[in-house]
Parts: sequence; structure tokens; C-alpha cells
Amino acid sequence: MELRVNSIDKTFSGFHALDNVSLDIRSGELIALLGPSGSGKTTLLRLIAGLDFPTGGAIHFGDEDASKKSVQERNVGFVFQHYALFRHMNVLDNIGFGLKVRPAATRPPKSEIRRRALELLDLVQLSGLEKRFPNQLSGGQRQRVALARALAIEPKVLLLDEPFGALDAQVRRDLRRWLREIHDRTGHTTVFVTHDQEEALELADRVVVMSSGRIEQVGSADDIYDTPNSPFVYGFIGESSRLPVRVEDGQVWLEDRTIGLDAQNAPAGPAELYFRPHDIDVLEGCGGCIAGTVTATRRVEARRRIELAVGGPGHRVEIELPADSAVAEGTRIAFRPRAWKLFPAH
Amino acid sequence: MADSLALQGSFAATPETPFRDPTGESPVAKWVLISIAVAFLALVLFMPLVAVFAEALRRGWQVALASIVEPDALASIKLTLLVAAIAVPANLVFGVAAAWAIAKFEFKGKAFLITLIDLPFSVSPVIAGLVYVLLFNAQSYFGPLLNSYGLQILFAVPGVVLATIFVTFPFIARELIPLMQDQGTGDEEAAISLGASGWQAFRLVTLPNIKWGLLYGVLLCNARAMGEFGAVSVVSGRLRGETVTMPLQVEILYNEYHFVAAFAVASLLAVLALVTLVLKAVLERVYGRGDGLRGH
Amino acid sequence: MIPGFGITFGFTIFYLSLLILIPLAGLGWRSASLGWAEFWRLATDPRVLAALRTSFWTSAFAATVNVVFGVIVAWVLVRYRFPGRRLIDAAVDLPFALPTAVAGIALTAIYAPNGWIGQWLQPYDIRIAYTPTGIVIALIFIGLPFVVRTVQPVMEEISREVEEAAATLGANRFQTVWRVILPGLLPAILTGFALAFGRAVGEYGSVLFIAGNIPFVSEIAPLLIVIRLEEFNYAAATAIGAIMLVLAFVVLLTINLIQAWSRRRFGYGG
Repeated sequence: MELRVNSIDKTFSGFHALDNVSLDIRSGELIALLGPSGSGKTTLLRLIAGLDFPTGGAIHFGDEDASKKSVQERNVGFVFQHYALFRHMNVLDNIGFGLKVRPAATRPPKSEIRRRALELLDLVQLSGLEKRFPNQLSGGQRQRVALARALAIEPKVLLLDEPFGALDAQVRRDLRRWLREIHDRTGHTTVFVTHDQEEALELADRVVVMSSGRIEQVGSADDIYDTPNSPFVYGFIGESSRLPVRVEDGQVWLEDRTIGLDAQNAPAGPAELYFRPHDIDVLEGCGGCIAGTVTATRRVEARRRIELAVGGPGHRVEIELPADSAVAEGTRIAFRPRAWKLFPAH
Repeated sequence: MADSLALQGSFAATPETPFRDPTGESPVAKWVLISIAVAFLALVLFMPLVAVFAEALRRGWQVALASIVEPDALASIKLTLLVAAIAVPANLVFGVAAAWAIAKFEFKGKAFLITLIDLPFSVSPVIAGLVYVLLFNAQSYFGPLLNSYGLQILFAVPGVVLATIFVTFPFIARELIPLMQDQGTGDEEAAISLGASGWQAFRLVTLPNIKWGLLYGVLLCNARAMGEFGAVSVVSGRLRGETVTMPLQVEILYNEYHFVAAFAVASLLAVLALVTLVLKAVLERVYGRGDGLRGH
Repeated sequence: MIPGFGITFGFTIFYLSLLILIPLAGLGWRSASLGWAEFWRLATDPRVLAALRTSFWTSAFAATVNVVFGVIVAWVLVRYRFPGRRLIDAAVDLPFALPTAVAGIALTAIYAPNGWIGQWLQPYDIRIAYTPTGIVIALIFIGLPFVVRTVQPVMEEISREVEEAAATLGANRFQTVWRVILPGLLPAILTGFALAFGRAVGEYGSVLFIAGNIPFVSEIAPLLIVIRLEEFNYAAATAIGAIMLVLAFVVLLTINLIQAWSRRRFGYGG
């Protein structure tokens, strides 16, 4: 099922939670809504589900205007951050709930409900636990039950709100891989909310980066990581270094020197240069480069991160070198970013 | 909910189907439920309360006042105050001691001890009276023994006090135990490591922490002590001017068809109940307790 | 480390034993010394059985009414904001604070044949005071706060997510309330019922005036104890008292079992 979000606005008593948000989701796609808390990602998910209503705009499921439908009629599978399992029902009854509450005309017979619930339990790899109560399950198991329960109603779209947020790191990684497999097998159009960039980039076909109620960028993990299109995306996803520069004569200038970067299309004037610390070339001599004094070095996983003081005022930037680089504090290093972007200074 | 209703008009996308909060009822259902609740409470709670005052004032407030200042009524008021003045402090001392032992130390059988302390809440007040009658009646072992020392328990003030202590026994303890358990032992340990004596630690550290809970327990204990009827009626013997508390005075007057006088004395007790409820609401605000009397 | 265990614990046990445990044990000892045959003869006296039956059924009926309306009152107090809510919330505790004798004569004034409500029912030959119905009315009054105050805090804890989950799964509001919310409240509702029932069975003051106290019809067990005591028939009073005490223990045990069951299975107490 395709999902179209069309110019959605949402205000909560004066606070602009979503500001003219539009998004097209293709059928069968796995989409991550990524952003810091307060960016509006959960609000958007709740609007799609019909748990809340937009102040303006519309949401289409396929050709249908879903905004005219109540949450019950929308037939979305929603997985809540804290699972929201029914504590007084065992696992099987939790999974079968959505079928049991259907009107008599469309409700499958009891035996069929049971069969489908057991089948889903098998899909989420929890066979044998059907008699357990939620209280008797681990966090990861509860989350699987919550997913099975959402899938039981054969939803048009599957929506997950921080699905792994309450789990420890190892369980998160396992469940992530497993969710991907389930998605590939069932083919549901899926949207999940997360504040964990690793989770979003690893799991999703496309990532929607959100900030302050707006969409900053939509794209694949490669797009988002390699060509961030705003200072926010640079700062929020992965590591980035920022340097105040100036554009003049189609060249990027750091104080009184060019640094060897062409900026033919950028408007003249002050600007900010963004680049990834690992995406640089270290240069021997310096004819058109950024040069700085090493102020600190530290080992970060497989790389060594170097902090440099650059230029007169000593702007701090970080670059990454191979772990075996021997760099003493106080030495000078010259480099030039391979991939970079200029944004107007504010 | 009020928000979502107010915003219906601006819900541009679907003017024909107003948004319904999925976790709320329709306005109709809501007002039906509120009406049922209010009507039920009006019938069950408010009407009896109003009836007390209305019946007391049926023949004017002078008559009501006269039945309160009449000697037997005054004697019953005095006795009620006396009984509460003994029973409440006694249970206060017990409550603090029990809470200290239970909250600040670990020992086996703690849960059982708490159950035992709560026991009087589960026992009929008539049973509370009965057990003292069995213990101190003329054919018992203790009754004649104490009598020979000139101490009369049954059908005398000590019996009334004992029965009152029994039924109000858990009020203060059960208020303080969870409160002091929540507060742990860290503060007292710190005070003692700084050289305070146990008594100083209690007075300077524990007491300020529990003072609102303590007051709350005293308030409830006092209300019940002054209002207790069943237990007291069994042990009192109803000697006019001697062992008749206010609730018993109400009963005597009522059974003698002095209805206005009975309701006049009853209205004093109803005022006590109202004052208790107001103070309780105030205390709950001050010390942030929202769960009422926790079911006793 | 912290001093005072010996003296506070010792005093607690002493005071508890002296005032509560020894007197209660005295009741047990007295009834045991009656001998089984005599105890059985006293306990199965037809008037005693009738009084126990009356106490049991009126209490069960009143507690049931309290469950129905208590849950509605708690729901309204927890979920809705309306003028007078705080007042009503505070007023729910009135039966805890109002002396039972006062409640008793007030209810009688309302439901007696010439009373506020009674006079309107009289022409239809409906009698409330001086019948078992009157007992039920009094027991509803004293039992209400037990249900409301037990259910209310649990209701406040219901997570919004759970209700939303039911809605996304297609449940309409009625189904959500009936199949998700109320079953989740069941342990608290059962506990409230047991508390109200336990209190009602032992209640004396509020029932005394409205019941009419007709043997075999509207005479409750606590009253029969008082009557026997006034006749100095301590043996009969002891037998009824012992039965009542056992009943109270059964109620207490039931409440503890409900809460243990609920904690074990659902992870929360009643």
C-alpha cells in the first residue's frame, strides 16, 4: 500500500509540532523517521495511524483519503514503544485480539483465529509461549508479541514507534536484523520511528531525517551519509567538522588563503564548510589546504581522531587518520576534504 | 479531550467526520456516566448528610442547641473527648514505634506482623467489644481479679477506652509504615554517623519527614475514635452521664423518640466528619497523597 | 547501626498482644472450651443461621451494587474534568468519616415509611426501612469508598498506549473498555468487593436503626451477638463471634490471595 502524506500541519496549543510535511512512501518500502526528541517524528507516525488528527493537510493510503477514517477503520498495525500488551491476556489472546473484535460478518471463526495466531507466533519465533502472560516475557519477547499482534489484522501499513527503544544493545541488534527479515518476508509498507541513526541507516530502505517539525532530508543510507543537504543532517548523522570560511572568486577562502576547493556555484560571502572527519586527504606541502596544529589525539574504534586548531582564532576541527599514524601534539598537519559542502553562515 | 472537541471546527481535512479521541468516550457517553455517578452519590452520600442537619433543625436551631447543652449530652461530649484524648495518643506512640521497628530494620515475619497490625480493620466492631466482655465479665478470670483492686473495666470508662483503642489501632501505624519504608534508613544513618543519638535522629531527621503522614493518621484515628459505635456500645453498659459517648447518646435519644435531640447531637458528629474531610483534603494537597484512605 | 530496634519492636509486640491478640485469642479459647457439640448446637440455632444468612446476602448484594457504581464513580473521577469533581472526590470518603450511628439514623429518616423518600414509596407498598432492603441501603453507604478507593489508583495507572493499541487493532470504544480496561481492573475490583463485603458483614451501627431487627427476617449476625450479650448468654455470643471472626479471616485471606495471584500473573497488585 502506498502512503502519501500531503502538506501536514500539526499544532498543539500554539506549539508547531509539524510544519507542512509531505512524504511519499512506496508500497512495500521500509522507512525510518529519524530525528532528535521533539522533531515531530512520533507525531507524524501517530497522525498516519489516526491516533491524532492533523491541523491541516491530508494523508492518503493508496487512492483513499485516510484522513476521513477513524483509527479503527484505517487498519494500521501499530507497535508501541512500551509494547502496550494487554497484561491480563496471554500471548495467544493478545495476538488474536484484533480478529476477535471484528464485527460478526468479517470475524473469522475461533479455530481460525487460533490457527492464525499460532502461525504468527511461529513467524516471530515464539512458538510454545502462547500460554504465557506478558509479565512472564522478556522485553525482546514482548516486542515480538506486539509485532505479531499488529500483523494479525493484516494491516495496510505497519507503524512502529521506537520499537527497540526500551531494549539493551545486544537485543536491539538481533531484533533489528530480525525485523528486516520479517519485512522482507511479509512485504508490508513499514514506517518506524527512531532516534538511533545506526538503527535507521542499517534497517531502512530510505531514511527521513526530521528536525523541529520539518523534514530535513529523505534518502537512502548512502545519500544521507555521503551527501547531507543541511548543517543539521551533517551534525545529527555521523561525525562532522565545521569551519567558518568565505567564498570569493569561485574559491573557498580560510582567512587570507584559499584552501584548494572550487566553489563556482556558491554565492560570494561568508559561509560554513562542512566535511566528514574521515573523508579527507592529508597533504605534504600546503599549497591550497587547511593546516592546523594538533591539540589532541584519541583512538576511536579502528581509527585515530585528531583535533586541530586551525587559523588565527584557532577554530577546532577534527580529522581521522589510520590508527597507526603517529601524531604528536603540537605538530602541524595539512589536509583537504574530499567531500564537503558549503552552507551560508548564520 | 476538551482540546480535541474545541478543535473540531478547524479540522479542515475531514469536516464531515469529526475526530474522536480513540482513548475517550463520546460526549454523550461521558455526560451520561457523569450524571449516573453524580445522581448515585447525591442519593447515597449527600442526602443522608443533608438529612442529619435538616432533621436537627426541624424545630429551629434553639431547640437543637438546647438538646446539645443538656447535661447528659454535655457529659457524652466530655466523655467522647476524653476517650479520644487517651486512645489517639496511645495509638500514636504505638504507631511510631511499630513503624520505626518495621521500616528501619529487617527481620523475619515482617509481612505477617503488618497483617496482624491491620487485623482490627477486618474484625467487626461488635467482635472488638465482645472480646473485652469475654475477658473482663463477672464470670471471667480477670474481671473479678481487677475488681478486687477496685478497677472496673466493663461498663466503665476503661472498657470504652479499650474498645476504642482496638478499633482505631491500625490507623496511624499503617500510615507511617509505608511512608518510613519509602524514606529508607539513609538519613538516620547519616545523622547517627555525625554523632546524633537515636532519639535525636528520630526527632531531628525522621520526624520532619513524616510529620504530614503522622497528622493524617492522627486525623483519621481521631475521627474514628470519636465516632465509634459498635464496639463501644457492647462494653459501655450505657450508664447515663458516665459511660455514654456521643454516638451512644444519639442512639439513646433516638430510641426514646427524642428525634430532634438525637439529630442535634448527630449533627455535631457530622460536623466533625466534615471538618475531618476538609483537613484530609488539605493534607493530601500538602503532602501529595491522592489515594484517599487506602481502603479501610 | 540505627538504635532502637529492641525497644520499639518489643513495645510493638507487647502492645499488639495485650490489646489485640490476647483478647482475640480469648474468644478462640472460650469457643474451644464450649466443646464441639455445644458449639455446633449454638451455631446451628435457626435464628443464628438466619442472621448469618441475612448478613451474608445483604453484604454480598451491597458489595455488588458498590462494584457497579463504584467503578463508574472512579472512572468519572479519573477520566473526566467537570465542575464539582474535587468536591465529589473528597465526598467519597464521607462514609469513612461519618460515625455509623449518624449514618444509621439519617438513612432511617430518609427511608422510613414517613421519611423523605419512604413517603413517596409508601403508596406503592414499597418498604425499604425495616426490611432487608434497608440493610442493603446502609451497607451500600458504608461500603462505597472501599471500591472507589481501591479501583481509582489502578485506573489512574492504565497507560494510554494500551487503549490506543486496542483502537489500532480495530476495537471500538465499548470493546476497548469492556475487553481491555475492565478485565485489567479485575484484581482491583475483586479486592474492592472483598473489602466492602468484609466491612459490611461486620457492620453494626448504620444497620441497627434501619433494619427493623425482626428475627429471621432483618436481623444481622452482629446484632444477634449484642442481643445475646445483653442476655448475659456469653456462650451463644461467643459461638456467633467465632464464626464471624473466621469469616473475617477468610475475607482477609481472599484479599491476600487475589493480590498474590494478580502480582504473579499480571505483575501488579490489586
